[in-house]
Amino acid sequence: MKNFFRISFLIALFFGFQFNSNAAEKVEYLKTDWSFKGPFGKFDRAALQRGYQVYQEVCSSCHSMKYLSYRNLVEEGGPEFSVEQAKAIAASFEVKDGPNADGEMFMRPGRLSDKFVMPYENEKAAQAANGGAYPPDMTVLVKARGGGVDYIYSLLQGYEDPPAGVTLDDGVYYNKYIYGNKIKMSNQLSDGLVEYSDGTNASVEQMAKDVTTFLMWTAEPHLETRHKMGFKAIIYLIILTVLVYFSMKRIWSRIETKV
Amino acid sequence: MSDHEYTPKSKVGKWFNDRLPLLTLANHLTDYPTPKNLNYWWTFGGILTFCLITQIVTGLVLAMHYIAHADMAFQSVEHIMRDVNYGWLIRYIHANGASMFFLAVYIHIFRSLFYGSYKSPREVIWIIGIIIYLLMMAAAFLGYVLPWGQMSFWGATVITNLFSAIPLVGEGIVTWLWGGYSVDNPTLTRFFTLHYLIPFLILGLVVLHIWALHVPGNNNPVGIDIKKPSKDTVPFHPYIVIKDGFALLMFMIVFAFFVFYTPNILGHADNYIEANPLVTPAHIVPEWYLLPFYAILRSVPDKLLGVIAMLSAILILAALPWLDTSKIRSAVFRPLYKQFYWILVADVLILGYVGAMPAEGLYLLIARIATAYYFLHFLVVLPVLGFKERTTPVPLSITEPILGGSPNLAAVKKKDSFKDQ
Repeated sequence: MKNFFRISFLIALFFGFQFNSNAAEKVEYLKTDWSFKGPFGKFDRAALQRGYQVYQEVCSSCHSMKYLSYRNLVEEGGPEFSVEQAKAIAASFEVKDGPNADGEMFMRPGRLSDKFVMPYENEKAAQAANGGAYPPDMTVLVKARGGGVDYIYSLLQGYEDPPAGVTLDDGVYYNKYIYGNKIKMSNQLSDGLVEYSDGTNASVEQMAKDVTTFLMWTAEPHLETRHKMGFKAIIYLIILTVLVYFSMKRIWSRIETKV
Repeated sequence: MSDHEYTPKSKVGKWFNDRLPLLTLANHLTDYPTPKNLNYWWTFGGILTFCLITQIVTGLVLAMHYIAHADMAFQSVEHIMRDVNYGWLIRYIHANGASMFFLAVYIHIFRSLFYGSYKSPREVIWIIGIIIYLLMMAAAFLGYVLPWGQMSFWGATVITNLFSAIPLVGEGIVTWLWGGYSVDNPTLTRFFTLHYLIPFLILGLVVLHIWALHVPGNNNPVGIDIKKPSKDTVPFHPYIVIKDGFALLMFMIVFAFFVFYTPNILGHADNYIEANPLVTPAHIVPEWYLLPFYAILRSVPDKLLGVIAMLSAILILAALPWLDTSKIRSAVFRPLYKQFYWILVADVLILGYVGAMPAEGLYLLIARIATAYYFLHFLVVLPVLGFKERTTPVPLSITEPILGGSPNLAAVKKKDSFKDQ
């Protein structure tokens, strides 16, 4: 048993080092309480709907969301818009379809089954419109950044005037939280930028939190199912383990050796 | 196989068994005499079998939905995560399963190192084990490439480029491995094929590993040869089956925790960015289980020598039965070896740590010292220790660990690993 603890300790130490090392080179991120953290974490439905609004009105003009479909907005564990709402959202976009019987491509209103419409035709067009920088696709963005949601949340609020001695090129902005402090996206959020339909005060902090919550959902659409199932699975395993433990004691009691 | 002849009771059973002795095999496996003092470190063999089966089963399902094409691989993984029923669960089990597999195999290997399980007459079991370990690393590396994220792409680029260190033919070999002049679609499709193949090779080797184990039987914490069957042994079923089952369930709880609550913590964020040959990530790091070898590779300034050092670090293990000259198997009776054993454990952990750090300054220095010590342990410490070390008295059997009323008995009993969990 002593060995067991010794090894567990070493393993814990090893992983501890690893996580430390990941965090060491970064600044301290802004913290907020995320409803989806922890084993029982769930998304805040209203925050997801507001977050969608921020994405739609602010981010989506440059950032694509290519792995998401409009039908996802209705699905359980997401923003859970009603089918009518989602249909209306989809229909507000023009989708290129075809070819039709004449061999022509044509535009039609979006349907639930369509993927989110891309802001640009292709990557080159996106770069050309953004001073050479490609606005990354946002679907799995929070999983693609080391600090996850805290990083995105901080970055959105991390714009500052550059400290003395730092010169910025045209179209480059200073941000406290990005690696190297230079970012090609300008500050996007300002108080009251969007008008929330549920009357929530659209402060920068609120919008940053809402849109980050939304991005967490787009990256992990099954997070709620995962948490629920995990709880059941682990309870089940613990009960089974206890039962097997007592069976083992019983079986081994036939011989004198302790187990 | 078994010492006694087995005859099935039923007529049909006997008829079949005379033609294909599957029932004899089943009987051998259930009756297999196992030392009764095996501690929980011995349960990792069963756990590893579970890991392998889990990887194969989840892998088969993933392969039904995955598309091995440079333009579609990343997207197909997202398709699995979003639209395939429970695809997220299967993928997270598979991805974390690789880490769990390595966690278990490292415990299994270090158990063998502690109790001298690699020594005569178990050298062949050990060497098969090393081959399995090598194939596991290959499978893990190839599998990591398949999602076609940034770390996949650049990891593949770095690792395949190691072959370019080979004099004269190196560059040619790399081009041949890639199927082109860079890591691209042909590389992905062949990696997928090999990733699909290797687990079945491992499965075959696992059968040989267990077969070779069943010839001399298990080593045990005391490390002595025992009579089989005897008072020192218990039949595999039900005694070991239930104990392995219990340990497996404990392991599954840890596994489930990773899968359900922190499924991405062992991966690298960059692998959620689609592969881009034009953008190199700031730090290219392998998965945690390969870090010690990565540290050894980088601690040597010369590329070719670095590759040789890294390969030697693994292959040296195959020579271990002959490098360790001590007649005593278990570290319980080797006070000095026990110290060096824990130093080696620490050394490997340190290598893992510096492997994750940039190869510069103090980290590089530590990596070099740790690398040197790693080889020193196997090439100098172990051979010398066998001759110099004064071992403590070893009991004659498990049930009667009496050696003329040796005062050491109490010590043996108190020591970990003899009779305890």
